[in-house]
Parts: sequence; structure tokens; C-alpha cells
Amino acid sequence: MSSTTRPAVYSPRSTLDARPEHSADSPVSIHAMTVAYARKPVLWDVDYDAPSNALIAIVGPNGAGKSTLIKACLGLIPRAAGTVEFWGQSYKHARSRIGYVPQRESVDWDFPVSALDVVCMGRYRKIGWCRPVSKSHKLAAMEALDRVGMADFAKRQISQLSGGQQQRVFLARALTQEAELYFMDEPFAGVDAATERAIIDVLRELRSNGKTVIVVHHDLQTVPEYFDHVLLLNMRIVASGPVSEVFTADNLQKTYGGRLTLLAEAAEAVARAAKGS
Amino acid sequence: MIPDLIQTFLTLDLFPILAAIFAALSCGLLGNFLVLRKQSLMGDAISHAVLPGLVGAFLITQSRSPGIMFAGAAISALITVVLVEVIKRLGKVEPGAAMGVVFSVLFALGVFMLENASARSVDLDADCVLHGNLQTLFWTTSPTEWNHFLSASIKDEVPRQLWTLLGTTLAVIIFITVFFKELRIASFDAGIATVQGINAGFMHMALMTFVAIAAVASFEAVGSILVIAMLICPAATARLLTDRLITQILVSAVIALLTAIGGYALASWMGVNAAGMMASTAGAILVVVMIGSPSHGIIAKARNQRKLGNLVALEDILGSLYRLAETDEHTTRDRLIATLGFTNRTTKAMDRALADNLVKLVGTHLQLTQSGLAHGAAIIRKHRQWEGYLVDEAGFSPDHVHDTAEKLEHLIDPDLPNQHTDPHGKPIPPK
Repeated sequence: MSSTTRPAVYSPRSTLDARPEHSADSPVSIHAMTVAYARKPVLWDVDYDAPSNALIAIVGPNGAGKSTLIKACLGLIPRAAGTVEFWGQSYKHARSRIGYVPQRESVDWDFPVSALDVVCMGRYRKIGWCRPVSKSHKLAAMEALDRVGMADFAKRQISQLSGGQQQRVFLARALTQEAELYFMDEPFAGVDAATERAIIDVLRELRSNGKTVIVVHHDLQTVPEYFDHVLLLNMRIVASGPVSEVFTADNLQKTYGGRLTLLAEAAEAVARAAKGS
Repeated sequence: MIPDLIQTFLTLDLFPILAAIFAALSCGLLGNFLVLRKQSLMGDAISHAVLPGLVGAFLITQSRSPGIMFAGAAISALITVVLVEVIKRLGKVEPGAAMGVVFSVLFALGVFMLENASARSVDLDADCVLHGNLQTLFWTTSPTEWNHFLSASIKDEVPRQLWTLLGTTLAVIIFITVFFKELRIASFDAGIATVQGINAGFMHMALMTFVAIAAVASFEAVGSILVIAMLICPAATARLLTDRLITQILVSAVIALLTAIGGYALASWMGVNAAGMMASTAGAILVVVMIGSPSHGIIAKARNQRKLGNLVALEDILGSLYRLAETDEHTTRDRLIATLGFTNRTTKAMDRALADNLVKLVGTHLQLTQSGLAHGAAIIRKHRQWEGYLVDEAGFSPDHVHDTAEKLEHLIDPDLPNQHTDPHGKPIPPK
């Protein structure tokens, strides 16, 4: 519905009535989304309403479309069909409230910028076009670096950081955006124990501040420990909901099919989740 | 009154040097972003592919005015972009191959049109495409009095090409200054740029447009060889000298300047083509920096490697002596060198250990001094902590960890919480 045909006075309620497929309360509401690469569908008819103020894991086998789901939500790749709304608004209107941590491999780490420069990039929207990065924004960026334990490395060129440190720089960049909803693509991939702890501390801090974080996650073992909600994905959504209800051997079997090693791992994780609850 | 020598310079050299400087600066500055995006080939493609557009525009209109030349080049550039896409999709080839095919074919078409045109004695020259026509930029009415520089007529005496190049250079400098932040984020991380509301695709198109403008403006004066060299060499050279983007851009500008002036001077001295000499100079500077750069150069890397090697040899000596001291054993200088592998490096490290008073000779026996003992303990501490870590955390079996720990002990301090023994039951020296 275009804005010109809307009634002159309308409340969120009336917008919601016009589009019952989206939830206006949800930080991200995906409806009937299909994404295809070269005419081959990667995601098929995905419907999902994320709960607010939660840590949500997207879990699924390689090629299940986990990263694609995030990128399609953010408009980084085109959708073949379907719509995505954030708090009942289009991405364009909600953009400043959404943060993104891409996969570490997605950039050239030999690029001549320092850790601080990279974190400052998270403030570019606030700074605006064609203006230099002012001191107050640099201070905000330093603060974010400090939160992930990287303040001492601010001046380092990014290729001189370890993989875990690079990941923390990316996390700091997302933090300094001061968003309400974060998408993170495999932040735990290939990081050291200290980084993993630093990341999970930050995620919990975000949750206690009322934010929502959606994380592509590859380690089934840590799902019950780290996350509240889980979205099991394999081209379609297999199941989604609170970890205690949805993260079951049966659902994992459906998600991963006959991959035995993974299933053994999953069974162990499920058992531990059951013991914990 | 202007002296003869300077007047000769004004007549013959001033305009060519200025043209070369402007061309080098505008292409060199933009080249920074092409090199960082690993898209240097795109500059190559654009600078070649504009030729048929330039020639076509001239043949149709019989005019060499900058507006018409640019329109022709722009159409060519557009056709290039479209053709590259089409070939990439239909031919199922990688982007590099598609670009290579398109620009070489278009360039050949341009040369063909040029040869045909000159056969009909049209004022266009195929040689000029490669080398430009710097040497034709005489100042025919160069002044004899200094105050002539202040007169109004000077504006008309400066050739049109030079004004175009000056305008282009200023436009490029303004573009990079104003959009520095946007160019940086779009080149580094297109996804984040887009999420931050800076359309990476738009920045890419803007950059490519400026590359096309700079290439077209420089083309006539300095030829395609120098355009390509300047789009790549100064930026690649500067990248080897710094790890800061702003510094890199400033350094690339200085290198472009040096290349233009130095290349021109060398060419006059040797009596060869100026544009060709400048491109060679740019290449030569790149090679020199690749070897000699203090941070990224071959020599610096070899020196660091050697330093590390010497340190490892010294640490091995101290570590071995510490182990022997633990069990009250002794060894002689020659025996220890032989055990550690009788190499020049070990011998030198031994001499250094003795000279630095880390180790002393008691009779023929080696003994660690107070400071040598502390050094040795630190090495062994790292070694045994690593062994512990590899067994406990990484799941190695205790008889497979020594060699790995032997390497790691020289590089990283595992800095683990206090443990007292390693997997083999040996004590870990306290910090």
C-alpha cells in the first residue's frame, strides 16, 4: 500500500490491520521471503517474527542460507519475493537502528586502516556525508574498543591483529552504531577463547540493555548456553522458538538430515540443555 | 628581462612538464582506490577502451574540443561496462578475462579507426595514442619580460589541454578530499558502507567516472602508457611505504610529482620520449621501494627474519643450559654448539651470550650468569606452559608436543595461570 492511499490519520494499529502478515512489535519480521542465486533458490518462503530483547541463534548446515537470510534482510542481496519489516517499518526507515557484523573473511585485512579507523566506520551514518570524523566520534569509537578489550590496539594496522582481535574490532564497530537490533554473521568462527568470552559478555550486556541480537552460529554445543531463541534453517525454516522448546534432537535431525557426526554433537548438546533446564 | 636559458625552458619545457605533472597527479591520486580495491585492471580497461570513442567523436565532428572528446570517451566507457557484463554472463568467464577481452578489442578497433583516418590525412596519429604529444606543447610566444606573466593575454597562450588537465586535477583533488571517508568505507567494506547509508555501488560508479575523466584528459597529452602507469605505480609504491590511507595518498602524490619531473628531465637528457621515460621511472621507483621499503621491503623482511633467527639461536643456548643446570650437569662450549646443530648462527649466538655476560666460562664448562639464568627460566617457562596447553586444551598426546612448543616458545608467551609442572612432570619455573 503506498502512503498516498493511507487514511489521513492512521495509527500503528490500522497499519497492522492492513498488513496482518507482519508483526509491528517484532524487531524484525520476515514474510514469505525467497532468495535465489542464478535462479536457484537458496531460501524458500521464510516467515519469521523475531522476539525483542533476546539473543537469537540461526543454526543450520553449510549452504542452508544462514548468511543469505541476514544479507537479504539488510538489502545487501536482492529478494526474489517477500517482505521484511523492522518494528513495522521498512528497512529504509529503520536503518539507523540496525547494526551489522559481517563475516571476517568479507574484507581485505591488508587495507591501510587502523583498528580505530574501522570502528569509526560504525559512526559514519551519525557523522553524515562528506564530513570528517570529529573528536567526539573518535572518543565513542575508543569507548567501543575498550568494551571489547581492544583499547590498547587502537592505532594498530588491522593486518597486525590476530583473527580474534579482528573479530572484536568488527564487534566494536557494530557497538558504536548504538543500534537496537544487531545481525552478526559467524562472530565466533575461528576465534580464541578470550575473544569468545569477550563476545558473549558483550552479547549479554546488549540483551540486558534491551537489544536484540541475531547471530549466525555454527557451534551446536554452545547454543543452549549462549542463546535464548533459536532458528533452525535449511533453505526453509525447520523450527523456531525458545531454545528449551525448539532445540530438540528431532528438529536437529530434520535440519541436518543424515549427517551423523553433527547429529552426535547435537544429541550431546540437547542432552546438556535438558540437564541445564 | 628573462635570461635566455630560462626563456628556452619556458618555450620548450614548461608546458610539457606541467601537463605531465597534472596527468600524473590526477591519475596517481585516483589510482590509490583502484589499487586498494584490487581493480587496477579497470583503470587499464577504461584508459584503453576510450580510444575508439575519441577517434569516433573526432571523425564525426572533425573537432577536438574537450566537450566532444569527452562525450565520445564517455560513450566508449559505457559500452565497455556493458560489454564486460554481457561477456561475463554469456561467456561464463571471470571478470578479469571479460575486461581483458573487451578493452583489447576496443583498443584494437580504435587503432584501426585511427590508421584509416590518418591514411585519409586526418590530423590524428597512432603513435600519439601510446606516447602522447607532450613535445608539441611549445609556448610559441613565450615571454621575454617577467611582467608578462601578469598580463591578461597569458590565458590564451596556455594550450587548451593544459587547462583541461588543470581542471581535472583540481576536480580529482576536491573529489577525494570531500568524499575521503565515503571512498574509504566503500573500498574497505561495501556491505557496511551500504548499511551505513553510503551506497557502495554509487561510490564505485563515481570513482570510475573520475578515472574515465582523468584518463581522457591525460590521454592526448601523455598517451595511454603513462595513464596506466600512473593509475597503478604511485599508489602501489606508496602502499609499501605506509599503513595509513591518508599518508598513502599524500605519498602517492609526491611520487607522481617526482615521476613526472624526474622522468621528463631524464628524457630530455637522454633525448628519448618523455611519456615513455616517465612510465619507466614510475616502474623503477616501484622496484626500488619493493626492495628497500623500511616496513614492507624485501631487505627489511630479510633483516627481521635474520634477527628472529639470531634470537632463536640465543634462546636455545640459554634454554639448554637452564635444563642442564636443573640436573646439575655441565657442558662445554663446543659440545653445546654441536648439540644445537653446528651452524654459523649458533656460534655467533654463543659469542654474543658470552659477550653480553649471559653465560660465563668456568674452566671449560659453560655456566649461566644471574641474568642468563633469568632468561633461560623464562624460555623454559614458556616451553613447558605451551606443552601443558597443547596437552590439556588442544588434545595432543604428551610425547607429541615438544617440537611444537619448541617453536612457540620463541614467538608467543602463552601466559597461562600458574601451573607447577608440565605434562612430563618437569617443574615450570615461576615468573
